[in-house]
Amino acid sequence: MSTLFEVRNLRKNFGGLAVTNDVSIGLAPGDRVALIGPNGAGKTTFVNLVTGNLKPDSGNVFLGNEDITTLRAAERVRRGLIRSFQVTRLFLDMTPEEHVALAILQREGQAGRVVGHYSGRPALMQEVREILHQFGLLELSNIKAQEIAYGQQRLLEIALALALRPKVLLLDEPAAGVPQSETARIEAALKRLPADLAVLMIDHDMDLVFRFAKRVIVLAAGTVIFDGLPKDVIADARVREAYLGNYADAGSVA
Amino acid sequence: MTAPVEHSATVSPPVIRRLIDGGLIGALAIAVIGAAGYYLFPNNLALLTRMTAMALLVLSLDLVTGYCGVATLGHAALFGAGAYGAGIAAAHFGISEPLTMTLIGAVAGAVAGLVAGFVILRAHGLAQLVLSIAVIHLFHEAANKASRWTGGSDGLSGIMPNAVFGLFEFDLWGQTAYIYGLALLILVFVALKILVRSPFGMLARGVREDPVRVGAMGVSVHSVLLRVYVISGAVAGIGGALSAISTQVVGLDSLSFTLSAEALVMLVLGGTGSLYGALIGTIVFMFFEDTLSAINPFHWLTIIGALLVMVVLFAPKGLYGSAVALVGRFRRRQA
Repeated sequence: MSTLFEVRNLRKNFGGLAVTNDVSIGLAPGDRVALIGPNGAGKTTFVNLVTGNLKPDSGNVFLGNEDITTLRAAERVRRGLIRSFQVTRLFLDMTPEEHVALAILQREGQAGRVVGHYSGRPALMQEVREILHQFGLLELSNIKAQEIAYGQQRLLEIALALALRPKVLLLDEPAAGVPQSETARIEAALKRLPADLAVLMIDHDMDLVFRFAKRVIVLAAGTVIFDGLPKDVIADARVREAYLGNYADAGSVA
Repeated sequence: MTAPVEHSATVSPPVIRRLIDGGLIGALAIAVIGAAGYYLFPNNLALLTRMTAMALLVLSLDLVTGYCGVATLGHAALFGAGAYGAGIAAAHFGISEPLTMTLIGAVAGAVAGLVAGFVILRAHGLAQLVLSIAVIHLFHEAANKASRWTGGSDGLSGIMPNAVFGLFEFDLWGQTAYIYGLALLILVFVALKILVRSPFGMLARGVREDPVRVGAMGVSVHSVLLRVYVISGAVAGIGGALSAISTQVVGLDSLSFTLSAEALVMLVLGGTGSLYGALIGTIVFMFFEDTLSAINPFHWLTIIGALLVMVVLFAPKGLYGSAVALVGRFRRRQA
């Protein structure tokens, strides 16, 4: 199995507290991995280390064969390491069409152009429509993001990430804040992600994790305590201990 | 200004819509209002030309503040750099061809934009505002000290621009200066209209809405802002050059905190984030300034202050922004 994305012996201390303690993780194309862990396990720090928003004290991050540890966040994105956010980060004054168009323009290195308008480019418009259609957002193409429902904003967030053609996609709680009735749509959208994409989902929602992930990594106190199949995670003694039984019941749902 | 969506699949916008977006309507409006001003106030063309130069400064500020969300009280640094650039070229190097002077002003403004942007963009929020104030004072003091080049507090004189295209002399009534300024304003306006709807313009709006998201798209937010600052500097610099050409003198007041603050007040009055707002704010402010200061030379600022308080309290989107919102609400009710 070829490794597309790898984190090797990553460490980060905050004032003596090891928030990320010797974490090593590898992802292959097509992987659907969930990263879970109790509150304070260091999930957010881990994401920030991977995306380049934080600098690790030691350890390396690889994308393909390249060591990207020292690259800035924007450069990692350009190489195909894309993230979504736990709380939607959208341009509230812009429409879904504009969001996706801008992402495609950026992907093509055209976002710095000072003349022209995306609507004058048929191939781009076609792709925008396809992506919006895929996420059921086509009807909302020209409505400002601030006026669409939160569940749809979350979908747009994933659409935006996808428009950048990621190799590795980090989904930070993709269904957070969405009413139960709408999570099915987000799950369906996640199911349709490109097959060769490596996805690392960070989440608390065990139902979602067990339905989505083929592999689960459990982080506790900055350390990976479990890396294996979803069906084994509930039975694992260390995981049970880390959660103090908090999520043990969730196993029955899976 | 979202029009209600009638059909789901969007067709490419009709030609008329594109012309509106492309600034044709705006350019026509400027030309018509400009012509009206020319015939209504033939004895006041100097004021109208000052308005035009100021409008360029406020447009330039709108790029940085309205489109990118960077609050600055030092934007006259870019205007003054253009004014001194054009003025020094004419007074010391004998470059008196007005188009060349304007170009030099634009370049000087762009360089000042790069410098000011480099400093101001280091910080965020309140620290950014304070840095911008520091920048304008530094520019002001530098111009004051370099009196051999700038004339210091006496101002820079000896600027004698040639005829435009070798045909139109700058006359005593300021007709040529006014028309020249108006032409510049229209050209800049159309160029900015094209800029703000371009992919880069969308990025700039994105930075205002959520810089973190822009970064997560693989764009360096800082480089976007710096580029906007350089473009903004060129626009303000053209305004400064126009001021130098039309008044034939450049004073330290063109590099002042007061001018920076006034420009910001005009922008807020008209409405940030739309080029029309910048123009309307400038016209309304300077019209009030002129008439009120004639009626009551001591208290006109009080009235301007009261007007601004009214706008901020009751029409926070500015005169233009609020008008657009009102029309939008009316239309939606009709639909």
